[in-house]
Amino acid sequence: MGDYKEIRCPLEEDVVRGLRMGEAVRLSGIVYTARDAAHERLMELIEKGEPLPFDLKGQVIYYVGPAPAKPGQVIGSAGPTTSGRMDSFTPKLLSLGLKGMIGKGPRDKGVIEAMVKYGAVYFAATGGAGALIAKSIKKVRIVAYDDLGPEAIREMTVESLPLIVAIDSQGKDIYSEGWRRYTQG
Amino acid sequence: MREIDAQRITDEVKRLCMEANYDIPEEVLELLREVKEKEESPAGKEVIRQIIENDQIARKERVPICQDTGFAVFFIELGQDVHIAGGYLEDAINEGVRQGYQEGYLRKSIDGDPVLHRVNTGDNTPAVIHLRIVPGESLKITFAPKGGGSENMSTVKMMKPADGIEGIKDFVVNWVRNAGGNPCPPSVVGVGIGGTFEKCALLAKQAAILPVGYKNPDPEYARVEEELLERINRTGIGPMGLGGRVTALAVHIKTHPCHIASLPLAINIQCHAARHKEVVI
Repeated sequence: MGDYKEIRCPLEEDVVRGLRMGEAVRLSGIVYTARDAAHERLMELIEKGEPLPFDLKGQVIYYVGPAPAKPGQVIGSAGPTTSGRMDSFTPKLLSLGLKGMIGKGPRDKGVIEAMVKYGAVYFAATGGAGALIAKSIKKVRIVAYDDLGPEAIREMTVESLPLIVAIDSQGKDIYSEGWRRYTQG
Repeated sequence: MREIDAQRITDEVKRLCMEANYDIPEEVLELLREVKEKEESPAGKEVIRQIIENDQIARKERVPICQDTGFAVFFIELGQDVHIAGGYLEDAINEGVRQGYQEGYLRKSIDGDPVLHRVNTGDNTPAVIHLRIVPGESLKITFAPKGGGSENMSTVKMMKPADGIEGIKDFVVNWVRNAGGNPCPPSVVGVGIGGTFEKCALLAKQAAILPVGYKNPDPEYARVEEELLERINRTGIGPMGLGGRVTALAVHIKTHPCHIASLPLAINIQCHAARHKEVVI
């Protein structure tokens, strides 16, 4: 490879629509972190009709629970966690304006259908490449749920975060299609 | 009778916790470089490139390879002629985990209760400790930090003896295929065969943390390992499940005698970092 599309977030509609499954991208701008426990709390707020700790419109959620920062580091290792655990929450967030997710592993049918309906993209980050990914994270601020430790919601400013478009806004899914090109039985 | 100080155990465990999380085993790194050349898929190649770069950064900067620094799993072989002085063995190990995860800036990933009171213990304890008393007067500590993503892709299947080796092979290949990208391939697949329900699960875990390059001492099982590796790499799952030729780095089989009515089979998968480290005191 070595050929990357540079994109910025918050994500613009036409940028999302232009991304294709399998494309390598470098993402810069602000992303928000949330994983299992934070998603549960976001859903509770939505159910009660209360405001969320950040505006979802055009935003990207990164499923990550980082390691603590060493002195002099912005953040510790920060690779993706398994996205599938968030599947039951994601369609609701997409309906409220979420435009992108970063994680690892496949998404269920409900998520993919909602991605097509609302025009969103799902990026795969390399699982286990936590030290490498941390290099792209330039600034971190805790936005909510400090008590959750690694699971708190953080606002991260990233520069050239290396990602691959895993599911595009047309619903093309690398996890269901990628292996078919290479399978030998 | 030889005396080993509990403090010494704590110190060694602390060091193991940090080193196993910072330093990918050399043989794994070599194998990654090798398979990168074999990988035909562009996305797969890019993933392996990132993994290698990541592992080099972690080693050089003394930071964890992965933010999921795992459940602290220990296999302890305690010589029966050893006396541990100044504390209880499990306390000494847990103290080492506490210090290692704190001072090593490793993530604390353990909830104190599985369901009803799911609150993080804050220090990555308690460890899971498997203890065996063995002859001699040394103490061997094997540490394997086990990440959630790969551990979640484990299984135990009580096969029928009539399923035989072909049934086992098919089950393993299908299981790894269905696990897809979740266990962070290219992975090391640990297969336990025989024993009882819990014994074969333990065998699978022990097999998963063996150094890559291990071959089962029985040449026939070693051939099954080779065949499984080849078949798993033909699934097309590829690095991180994005499609490609490299899905596993190794398959390790461990076996145990078996009840005449049973054929337990267990699978435990390690991610591409295959983290483990041991010390003999």
